[in-house]
Amino acid sequence: MKRRSFINVLLSGGIAVWLGSVIASIIAYLLPPEAAVSDASSVKAATTDELEPDSAKIFQFGKKPGLLLRLEDGGYRAFVAVCTHLSCTVQYRKDMGVIWCACHNGKFNKKGINIAGPPPKPLDELEVHIRGEDIFVSKPVT
Amino acid sequence: MGAINRAIHYLDERLQIQQLIDFGKKKSVPLHRETVWYYFGGVTLFLFIIQVITGILLLFYYRTGPEEAYESIRFIMSEVRFGWLMRSIHSWSANLMILAAFIHMFSVFFAKAYRKPRELTWITGMLLLFIGLGLGFTGYLLPWNELAFFATKVGTDIFSVVPVIGEPLLRLLRGGEEVTPATLSRFFGIHVAIFPLLFVGLLALHLLFVQRQGMSEPIGWNEMPPDKTKSMPFFPNFLLRDLLLWLIVLNVIALLAVFFPWELGEKADPFAPAPEGIKPEWYFMFMYQTLKFLPAKVLFISGETLGILVFGLAVVLWLIIPFWDRKSARGEKNRALNYVGLFVVLFIIVMTVLGYALH
Ligand code: HEM
Ligand code: FES
Repeated sequence: MKRRSFINVLLSGGIAVWLGSVIASIIAYLLPPEAAVSDASSVKAATTDELEPDSAKIFQFGKKPGLLLRLEDGGYRAFVAVCTHLSCTVQYRKDMGVIWCACHNGKFNKKGINIAGPPPKPLDELEVHIRGEDIFVSKPVT
Repeated sequence: MGAINRAIHYLDERLQIQQLIDFGKKKSVPLHRETVWYYFGGVTLFLFIIQVITGILLLFYYRTGPEEAYESIRFIMSEVRFGWLMRSIHSWSANLMILAAFIHMFSVFFAKAYRKPRELTWITGMLLLFIGLGLGFTGYLLPWNELAFFATKVGTDIFSVVPVIGEPLLRLLRGGEEVTPATLSRFFGIHVAIFPLLFVGLLALHLLFVQRQGMSEPIGWNEMPPDKTKSMPFFPNFLLRDLLLWLIVLNVIALLAVFFPWELGEKADPFAPAPEGIKPEWYFMFMYQTLKFLPAKVLFISGETLGILVFGLAVVLWLIIPFWDRKSARGEKNRALNYVGLFVVLFIIVMTVLGYALH
């Protein structure tokens, strides 16, 4: 190999490797580390005297909002309150009797099944446990 | 010799600036029926200058953070002298800048001014428009209010339908799984550092190209009799007209900012249900509305994925027009392409109007 072309290879190879590693480390830097506070396993969502039958509240379930729904018969259901369409936070609409997403008028029934509008999937359901006065909500064990 | 001439002479002796002055004087502006459209690039430039000035001023008080962002803008608007004015001007001028950039782009399109040798000017211009849209998208979140919070949730969620790289892209943009204060910090850095730097760099190239090549002439200009093809020196004649228009634009912005001050809305609460009337900024409305019209499933992919892919393809085709519109490159009229352009303009207008009417 000629001296000249050897230097060319060395130089362009060196620059390419450098550029590659700089860019790769910048991308790695920009991708945030997995959050230390992982999704909550069980949180207290409300107390038993808090919700009237046929009403609901939003509570904080780890990093996401959760929806605790009290049915007409007094029972409870809970969902991750994140719309399966484009992630808006849903709410319970007593007047319509559905869980409703304001962003694109998506509707879910009280079982969390998508029944109208763009949402493609049901809401993620959570488990409800009542212990004394307190209502706990947790991720269903799969 | 006047003071100015003496200064020029002083600098020329040392730095040969006469060359630069000649370079600046070289350009002339063809005079014809469509000459008015030549003004819109300059208007966009002027509005960007306003953005830089008001943006830097806002930076003296703005802070990021889940509480601080909203409160600092409230502080700017209620306590800081002329703070409301700075913020209103920044917001109005941002929107007008994008409008002006769109008009500029379409006028270049219909004049076929992108044809050889100006392909690269078109490309840099398109990149400037994309960055302008990016500035608008990232800036919209900065006040951390309810509407912007949910609009950003929806707007970034769209990226997740991009095949393969969608999920990492989403995390990269949001700085996590969700739109959180981490997203706000990211958007802030992008909005005030990365995009402005890129914008200025590309703008320098864009203007350099225009200066090197001179203004484009309409197709068929060279075949016209010489008495029909008049032109005007850019410096100082056209520049003075530019300045007059800039003054008018400045007055319009001042009137808008004073009589329609930009609203702040409610502070974002990530654990409250999304309010009604979530909508993107007007310049994203046509895409948003189109996606809404698509059915949930088309064959085997979701309507959104299809929509994004089609939009992506259309944007790429639009970006590389100078390389496939061979007819204009040869100096012939390309009528079919005019109809395509007309369709695009009408599509954008109709979808935007529907987006607002159906809300
Ligand atoms: C160097 C240039 C710029 C700097 C330093 C800057 C800085 C800022 C700051 C600190 C804010 C938050 C204050 C507020 O929301 O009122 C902001 C908001 C915003 N910026 Fe910029 N900006 C710059 C350029 C631009 C450009 C070129 C655009 C337009 C395309 C733009 C569009 C916006 C928008 C839409 C907002 C939100 C306004 C609002 O809702 O109040 N900015 N900018
Ligand atoms: S985000 Fe809920 S319907 Fe679109």
